Amino acid sequence: MSHLSLQQITKQFGAVNVLHGIDLEVRDGEFVVFVGPSGCGKSTLLRIIAGLEASNAGEIRLDGRVVNDVSAADRGLAMVFQSYALYPHMSVRQNLAFGLENSRMPKAEIEARVMEAARMLLIEPLLHRKPGQLSGGQRQRVAIGRAIVRRPGIFLLDEPLSNLDAELRVVMRAELAALHKRLAATMIYVTHDQTEAMTLADRIVVLRDGRVEQVGSPLELYNRPANRFVAGFIGSPRMNFVEASVTPAGLDVGGRRHPVSDINLAPGASITLGVRPHEVDIADVDDGTLALEISLVEQLGAETVIHGKTHLGTSFTLTAPGQGRFAVGDRIGIALPSEVHVFDETGSSVPRSGV
Amino acid sequence: MNAISTFLLRRRGGKGWHWTDVLSYLWLAIGLFLMFGPIVWLALSSFKTPANLVEFPPTMLPLDARLANVQGYDKPLPLYRVKQDDGTERVLAQVRRVGLMAQMVDPANQGELVRVPIDKRSPEREVKLATGNYTEPLQQFNFLRYFQNSIFVTVMATIITLIVNSMAAFALSKYEFKGRTAVLGIILATLMVPLSVIVVPLYLVVNEMRLFDTLWGVILPTVATPTGVFLLRQYMLTIPDELIDAARMDKASEWQIYWRIVLPLAAPALAVLAIFSIMWRWNDFLWPLIVLSRKEQYTLQVGLNAFSGELNVQWHYVLAMTVLSILPVAAIFLFLQRYITSGIASTGLK
Repeated sequence: MSHLSLQQITKQFGAVNVLHGIDLEVRDGEFVVFVGPSGCGKSTLLRIIAGLEASNAGEIRLDGRVVNDVSAADRGLAMVFQSYALYPHMSVRQNLAFGLENSRMPKAEIEARVMEAARMLLIEPLLHRKPGQLSGGQRQRVAIGRAIVRRPGIFLLDEPLSNLDAELRVVMRAELAALHKRLAATMIYVTHDQTEAMTLADRIVVLRDGRVEQVGSPLELYNRPANRFVAGFIGSPRMNFVEASVTPAGLDVGGRRHPVSDINLAPGASITLGVRPHEVDIADVDDGTLALEISLVEQLGAETVIHGKTHLGTSFTLTAPGQGRFAVGDRIGIALPSEVHVFDETGSSVPRSGV
Repeated sequence: MNAISTFLLRRRGGKGWHWTDVLSYLWLAIGLFLMFGPIVWLALSSFKTPANLVEFPPTMLPLDARLANVQGYDKPLPLYRVKQDDGTERVLAQVRRVGLMAQMVDPANQGELVRVPIDKRSPEREVKLATGNYTEPLQQFNFLRYFQNSIFVTVMATIITLIVNSMAAFALSKYEFKGRTAVLGIILATLMVPLSVIVVPLYLVVNEMRLFDTLWGVILPTVATPTGVFLLRQYMLTIPDELIDAARMDKASEWQIYWRIVLPLAAPALAVLAIFSIMWRWNDFLWPLIVLSRKEQYTLQVGLNAFSGELNVQWHYVLAMTVLSILPVAAIFLFLQRYITSGIASTGLK
């Protein structure tokens, strides 16, 4: 268990700036998830924390100690790689013991720790096998086991579930959450999958183009996204964005009016409304704030996901509970809720007095 | 037996002889003859007597005169088939030859001596292995010593070559440093320089280092081979960097990463280089010939050269010792080749 603090971390690869001054605090025992689209620098940031990559500027502190110049081996962290990176020529037991042997631990202690981790992860029967003889899920467990035996200050996990099939991913996700509880360990987890981020994290760090967009608990991010990017990234199906402009009598949405109270914007400003797919109600075509022509209907059983084009020409997604009868080509009306997310021209969230 | 015949008579589709089957077997037979013909000839000829070797037309099998013990004569006499005036043939033993006539005796009836013109007789011959070709050089010329020297040079040079080359390849494939491509380019460029070009400076260096006429003088100058570095580097590039990162997180030192992660994973490439190195070293001739001057230091190939004098080549010894010198390499090749095909590492990564 360790406490990590990053200050103004920057990283360049040649002329390309990958990270632009990252500030972050990770508290003891916290499960922090870095999430963002591919190429946003989240893996690079993790590798800088691990010590596998050097930052060009900034300070990394572990438990208050500056570790910029401490090698990966001596930072006392453990990492689980996306490809697992198990040593293919060693048995599972040797894979688990390798890191402990390198720190010259007594044999008995190594054996005890390996067995403890193997029991915890249910891989005892596999200890004599080579990684090539294991299934994807088993390899994943071994990779996690290799991190556990080290009893690291922080676990670093680099998209550990992305090589698993969907079903196994859900199982392993639950196991990871349970493991975090049991070990009470600090974990930093990198993923591009917002579902993983939402389910696992104590706090989520949303990254884009090497900048932190927002840090917060999953529900904070969901309920009060700081900007359009975070709003669009968190939540599934994605949030809808509708262009609108402010008038003295409320909002003007493509010629139709939508009454919104307490908005602190001057009349005439053009804004973007953010509406989550399940926050809207279906109305008659002429009654709704938006008219929608359905282009795709996905029946999920418990709910129905409807994709379509609004009368403004933008695409829109909404969900309706149950198994409603909708057909492609139907025209329906959409009644927006009175509480919507509002973003200004720069994409930042506009605070409302009620919230 | 059944398995062998089905293997040898395997055909396309399994039914009847298609013309492509015939063509394939013909082609394979030609290849087999071209590749194994010389080796078979070498092996058979190594058992021939010097007289048999220079014969024209040459014989395939090692043949020697049939001898018979005849009462009244101390030494066994060579047998000849003699064509008599009445057209019949009989087998006689030759006692001596005087000019164009040979004095011969019937082994069954020793009493009378028969005078036969030499063009009326042809030698009776049988397959006989002249094993002296093997035993004499081993006893008289100290060939076992040459063998030991060759083995020493080959084994030491191969071990050092593997270690030195794999270390260079590891650095060139897994470390980022300024001038890496330049270094690799220079190493590869030396591939283009043949030994004969640098033989004089190399000789001077070896001489100055007091390695002249020692086996280490043979071993050391060529342990770093550009071929080996390149081959190993290309293979090590396929070892995922994440494995090395993982080892670093596991507190492995750089030496441990090399020794415990990279080397075992590069085993198939190391086996290939080992085979090359063994063949190069075992068959090396020019450099040992230059460096070694005392007979006790000779390697096999240089020793073989000692059989060919300026005027006279003792082909029977050369052939016999050549067979002996081929055997270890062939055995090692068979052994390591199996290791290569079965030993290609499964990387354990998706």
